[in-house]
Amino acid sequence: MEQAAHLVPLNWYLFLSTFLFCIGVMGVLFRRNAIIILMCIELMLNSVNLLLVAFSAYSGNSDGQVFVFFIMVVAAAEVAVGLALLISIYRNIGSTDIDVLNKLKW
Amino acid sequence: MSQLLFFTLSAMTILSALVVVFTRKPMYSVLSLIVCFFTIAGHYILLNAQFLAITHIIVYAGAIMVLFLFTVMLLNLNADSDVPKSGKLRIAATITAGMLFVTLLASIKSTTLGDFAFPPASDKGLVQHVGQRLFTDYLLPFEISSILFLSAMIGAVVLAKKEKH
Repeated sequence: MEQAAHLVPLNWYLFLSTFLFCIGVMGVLFRRNAIIILMCIELMLNSVNLLLVAFSAYSGNSDGQVFVFFIMVVAAAEVAVGLALLISIYRNIGSTDIDVLNKLKW
Repeated sequence: MSQLLFFTLSAMTILSALVVVFTRKPMYSVLSLIVCFFTIAGHYILLNAQFLAITHIIVYAGAIMVLFLFTVMLLNLNADSDVPKSGKLRIAATITAGMLFVTLLASIKSTTLGDFAFPPASDKGLVQHVGQRLFTDYLLPFEISSILFLSAMIGAVVLAKKEKH
């Protein structure tokens, strides 16, 4: 167990992915460009992935890693459709600013 | 050694994530998000999840970020097209995210984690192990995800196609 002192405790991964998730939330609230917002959503997904992998590694159960694999699958599909939507929006209104897209707002 | 690696990787992850949010140029955001994804792949290697590290690089750096890069270039976005939100909204966003962070930190502090093996198990993230789980216990979701991909592909083509008037 002499090596154990050099290993990373699970708590640190908790703090890191919490911080990353909050940066993602902040980006979604902070920016007006829809592409940046999509990127911040990716950031949030990745912070959760990191936490799932950490828990899976520390509990010695590979189920969490399989879930991360499926989250990656869904994220890839989501990005493909989301960017196609953005291109179609850009063709119609000539910008990706979310404040212009307010027809369904009220 | 691994603590040092963890700190280096974490600092790079957090810095590049902050650059994604705060830089004005969309191209810089995309590039620093790529850096962020590579450092997260480094975290996966540190956790001995080799299969996921490779998949993460292939899927995120190889597919998703290329899509983002192409879209930013295709739409010709630059700093001039990006109008920042008003000062009040930015302060509100910062406070909201900060309060979410404090709330999550408090909930982490008040939780006692179960007994986890302290030196993490080393063989669970290898290709052999994850592949076995994927093709035995999770075979049905694995196959269904191919249908999801097919529909996403068709949907992306239909949505991004130019409409004929």
